[in-house]
Amino acid sequence: MFSFSVPLGKLVRRVSRLRGGGSALPGLVVEKIDPGFMQRTLSTLPHGVAVVSGTNGKTTTTKMVVELLESQGLRVFTNRTGSNFTRGVAAALLGEVDWRGRLEADIAVLELDEAHAVHFVNRVPPRFSLLLNVLRDQLDRFGEIDKTAQLLQHIASKTTGTVVLNREDPRVARIAATLDGPEVRYFGLDDSLLSTFPNDDELRAGPGSPAPAALPQKPPADVVLRRVGADNADFEYDGATVTTGMKLRGVYNIFNAAAALTLARSICGGGSAAPDHAALLTALSQVAPAFGRGESLVVDGLPLDLVLVKNPSGFRLGLQSFPAGGYATMIAINDNYADGRDMSWLWDVDFESLREDGVDQLTGSRAYDMALRLQYDEVSIRAVQTDIAPALADFIRNAQGKPKRVFCTYTAMLAIRRELSKITTVEVVS
Amino acid sequence: MTADSGHAPPTTPSADASKGTIRVLQLYPRDMNIYGDWGNALVLQQRLKWHGYTPELLEYNVGDEFPDDVDLIVGGGGQDSGQLVIQDDLQSRAETLRGLAEDDTPMLLICGTYQLFGRFFKTRSGSVIPGIGVLDVETHGTDERLIGNVKVTTTEFGEVLGYENHSGQTTLGPGVAPLGTVPKGTGNNSKDGQEGARYRNIVASYLHGSLLPKNPAIADYLIRTAVERKYGSFTPGGPDDRYAVLAREHAIRRPR
Ligand SMILES: [Zn+2]
Repeated sequence: MFSFSVPLGKLVRRVSRLRGGGSALPGLVVEKIDPGFMQRTLSTLPHGVAVVSGTNGKTTTTKMVVELLESQGLRVFTNRTGSNFTRGVAAALLGEVDWRGRLEADIAVLELDEAHAVHFVNRVPPRFSLLLNVLRDQLDRFGEIDKTAQLLQHIASKTTGTVVLNREDPRVARIAATLDGPEVRYFGLDDSLLSTFPNDDELRAGPGSPAPAALPQKPPADVVLRRVGADNADFEYDGATVTTGMKLRGVYNIFNAAAALTLARSICGGGSAAPDHAALLTALSQVAPAFGRGESLVVDGLPLDLVLVKNPSGFRLGLQSFPAGGYATMIAINDNYADGRDMSWLWDVDFESLREDGVDQLTGSRAYDMALRLQYDEVSIRAVQTDIAPALADFIRNAQGKPKRVFCTYTAMLAIRRELSKITTVEVVS
Repeated sequence: MTADSGHAPPTTPSADASKGTIRVLQLYPRDMNIYGDWGNALVLQQRLKWHGYTPELLEYNVGDEFPDDVDLIVGGGGQDSGQLVIQDDLQSRAETLRGLAEDDTPMLLICGTYQLFGRFFKTRSGSVIPGIGVLDVETHGTDERLIGNVKVTTTEFGEVLGYENHSGQTTLGPGVAPLGTVPKGTGNNSKDGQEGARYRNIVASYLHGSLLPKNPAIADYLIRTAVERKYGSFTPGGPDDRYAVLAREHAIRRPR
């Protein structure tokens, strides 16, 4: 079927590109003149639509799923997150479709922000969904953690094929009981790794008090992360354990690799051929974090790890995944809209692991909130400076000869990345 | 912006002989603990030490035995689900808690606990959740969520700073006084420009942040009141509040 909206939308896209405009305008135009465009285009895909949602790790996990599927020879359409999800997807589709509106892809893998989830899945029911976790994040925008769980439940209820759930997050695992349509598969963690994943509900519960609403019995998982080494990991599936090299750092990233593997197996296992596991593992070992989600850099010949922290669980995992000793440490906390304005969560993180070596530099618009937090955990602080540029320069000058670690919120990470490239040669490791 | 390099971090005053022990009870930390509520308990614990007293941190959760000789009580926010979980247990402790309040025990009640210490919470669908009536306040659920940085003007504690996030709107009766008025933010409700409630030695508020770290005047009020009530008089120590002062200066300029 020929639709006039596609050529027009593509034209608007070209013109707005030439004028240096954003990507949303052409999406807006095509939505206005042809509201069914996105739904119609996505419905032509042979493997349908897969969505990835949850509070932490969506972007890197979506990237992993895409690379895993590509290793199986699938052509994948995916989205970049933007201010308006539907409009952004429509705009991205316009860039990919031919003049007759056909998308040269086998499947769409979309990162779905909780805020846009309901609207999107009501219009485009996904064939697959992957629900990662419900953590205390962005509560100032979404109100309550139980509300976030409800949004994920809604995504699951609209899924027509397979729902992949985190077995270790009770709020996510419990969604299974509410479903009667789709098939449910789980990804899981070895018991020995559970302690590195504190549940938000257990943050300050007294010793011996039971975690609320834990599943009475753990269902079997399709893929289980058994062990995490310095640069490799063990995954168990189909009754066997395999070891693979990993470029990703941090246990929580590698747990999301188990999530991506489960989804990729569900998607590829649905056809006539079984997935090519050697290719899947090779792809998995090559995955690097998505831009702006934490990076390992080399600055002045020494490693500098940027660790993104945006909620208490993420910060605790960051502190636990990277031992403090022997490193110079900087913490950069901004409270811009993209970071979340509410700083309460800093009080739900335990900073005692930093007590021995102290913190070298604090920065960001909320540097003094961080200083106050560390004071109450009796962690010594060598310098505080709210402006990121001079703080980073001081940090690098004073920590010469030491590997460095920077814990930062999202907009602070972007600022640091920008400044680093101005003051020193940066080599990206992963 | 403030460059503040190179100074020594605030130090913990060396604890000589303790001037006494203060038992701080966290109410329902398992179910009513969100938005940094732990920060308030931590601040009381550390400042008691810095003032030269020995803190003893206790917890009371659903079904526990209620501890004796409690000197100070803190209760946190919580989600609607948390409030439902504790509701019956709280009713069974109503008399004890009312007794402690009337006996001038200092208490800090934040958000969800503030609401449940009032007369009732009426949800949007019209069902009424009874409170324990320690405070002469009532709360009505609304569709509107009040979210953002808040500044409260008070006569007792100067400017109080925090962050609010609630959809219940609270109205004060004649039996309590407001904690203060709100030039920035919303507070108790979207109508009368008041925030929080004061009754005997109780401070109730919607503010997270956590509240006490950036408002050490309230923390020290609760500590002084607890110590005077138990030992007759209070001798302060010397907590170093320079980071609190700077954090307040920066917080006050942040957007809502
Ligand atoms: Zn609240």
